Amino acid sequence: MAVATLKPDDEALRKPTTPVHRLGEHVFDVVAEVGDFGFFAIQALVWIVRKRLRWSVLTPIFYEIGVQSVAVVAITGTFIGMVLAVQAHHQFAMMGLATRLGSVINISLVRELGPVLAATMLAGRVGSSMAAELGTMRVTEQIDALTALGTNPIHYLVVPRFLGCLLLIPLLTLMADFMGVIGGAVISTRVMGVDSFAYWKHSRDFVEWLDIVSGVFKSFFFGAAIALISCHRGFNSSAGAEGVGKAATEAFVLSFIVILFLDFVLGLGWNSVYRSIWPENSGLL
Amino acid sequence: MTQDPAELPTDQTPAPAQTRAPGLVELEDVSMRFRRQSVLRGINLTFRRGETVCVIGESGCGKTVLLKLIIGLLRPTTGVVRFDGVDIAKMNPRELVKLRLRFGFLFQGAALFDSLNVYDNVAFGLREHHVCDERKTREIVLARLQEAGLPAGLEYKKPAELSGGQKKRVGLARALALDPEVMLYDEPTTGLDPIMTDVINELILQTQKSHEKAGIVVTHEMKTVQKVADRVVMLYPLSRISRNEPQVIYNGPAEGLDQSPDLRVRQFVRGEAGERLRELAQSRLSEA
Repeated sequence: MAVATLKPDDEALRKPTTPVHRLGEHVFDVVAEVGDFGFFAIQALVWIVRKRLRWSVLTPIFYEIGVQSVAVVAITGTFIGMVLAVQAHHQFAMMGLATRLGSVINISLVRELGPVLAATMLAGRVGSSMAAELGTMRVTEQIDALTALGTNPIHYLVVPRFLGCLLLIPLLTLMADFMGVIGGAVISTRVMGVDSFAYWKHSRDFVEWLDIVSGVFKSFFFGAAIALISCHRGFNSSAGAEGVGKAATEAFVLSFIVILFLDFVLGLGWNSVYRSIWPENSGLL
Repeated sequence: MTQDPAELPTDQTPAPAQTRAPGLVELEDVSMRFRRQSVLRGINLTFRRGETVCVIGESGCGKTVLLKLIIGLLRPTTGVVRFDGVDIAKMNPRELVKLRLRFGFLFQGAALFDSLNVYDNVAFGLREHHVCDERKTREIVLARLQEAGLPAGLEYKKPAELSGGQKKRVGLARALALDPEVMLYDEPTTGLDPIMTDVINELILQTQKSHEKAGIVVTHEMKTVQKVADRVVMLYPLSRISRNEPQVIYNGPAEGLDQSPDLRVRQFVRGEAGERLRELAQSRLSEA
């Protein structure tokens, strides 16, 4: 009979025999994935300095990440400020502290909500789009074609996206902060009737430059994380529409988790540094 | 009674071309495995200058993997791939880039860059490697597009606006832009109508003759084989071969395919399911 006859080594490779085998295999996969991501990130960093990119490659990607995200970030920032004002006003008014509303809204915005929510929005808009685009390039062999043409795909595809996110997400965060401050002020002073002079005076007294810097500082890390995670997912996309969709979803979910994790870790780190410099203050976390 | 194809002798008769010129690309005992799945095992092949070799075989027998191993997009699990006598696994990244520039690769779906128009796709390699100034680049791009039989004005269209045949021809123009020594064609006529298939076959033939390149054409179209091949290599899927049998079941001239003593080769050439129907019935039974 001409039916398939497998060699013994092929038969042994067919499937693991016990749940322990499968667990071991899963652990091995996770470790390999983490190692692969680390290697991918290092390669991206090395290629930034190794070879200059043409402006014609950078400009459309910067436009896509930066300019095209302005509207969504502005709307998000504005609504965060407005919602904070609506939610906090009643509680503060009951304690007779309505004029202090500005300090609470603005410090929450520039330290935490602005950077984190702007990064989350960008992970959804930019990160998923990058993962889907690179995933499609992977499954249609465009990434192989780049390599076959003697071009390093990490240099050509990942580095511009990494630089775009690293440099533009902090700027977009500043924009989200600004729009949130305006939104919160409009609702507090025009709708809730808080005295405008007192609102801005308390804001100025409580919010320092260092608060704004701390938010922007974190957003550099958020930008780098979004770019690397999304590009890595796209590069490792499995075949078909399902594979590309999965890569886009994973890019957003992983980016979001890492943003929250980094926010916590960087908050702790920033706090420690702040306390060591100004021990009398409570810190910024 | 039907003879067991696995028991038939394999035809590894060297082609006449093999005695004429030294090997440009050599695969020595090459095996490739993706995690649990073995794709190629024990492959020994030589491709020579000026020779066009068609690699045929059923879907999933490792034809595309073979091309990717040759250009260094994949590394073999075991064995050696040599280009011009040099083991490509031992090349550093810079040498590997130089090696790849000596190849032109026409991908199965053309793999044109979606974000670039036709002109920029063809000019891509020339610009990336600073081969010439923009004026000369324009000359080369337009010449290659013309050679590929593409009409003027098409160069400003995006790949999404092109038909399947046009995409393949743009892919061919892009692969030829850097004037490579070896052309690799991955199923160049798949999914095309008979007329466009013949157009692409003619283009391959012209390219091979006018540029005197080595060519490796992966295909399962017998018309392409008949038209362009100096020599034919047939691979057979690993999952169906018997113990100790080489995966290359034919390596010889195109004219000899029809008379091959191996039943599987003859069945493939004639497009007959043969043993496969029995295998499918057997596998359904064993699943049940």
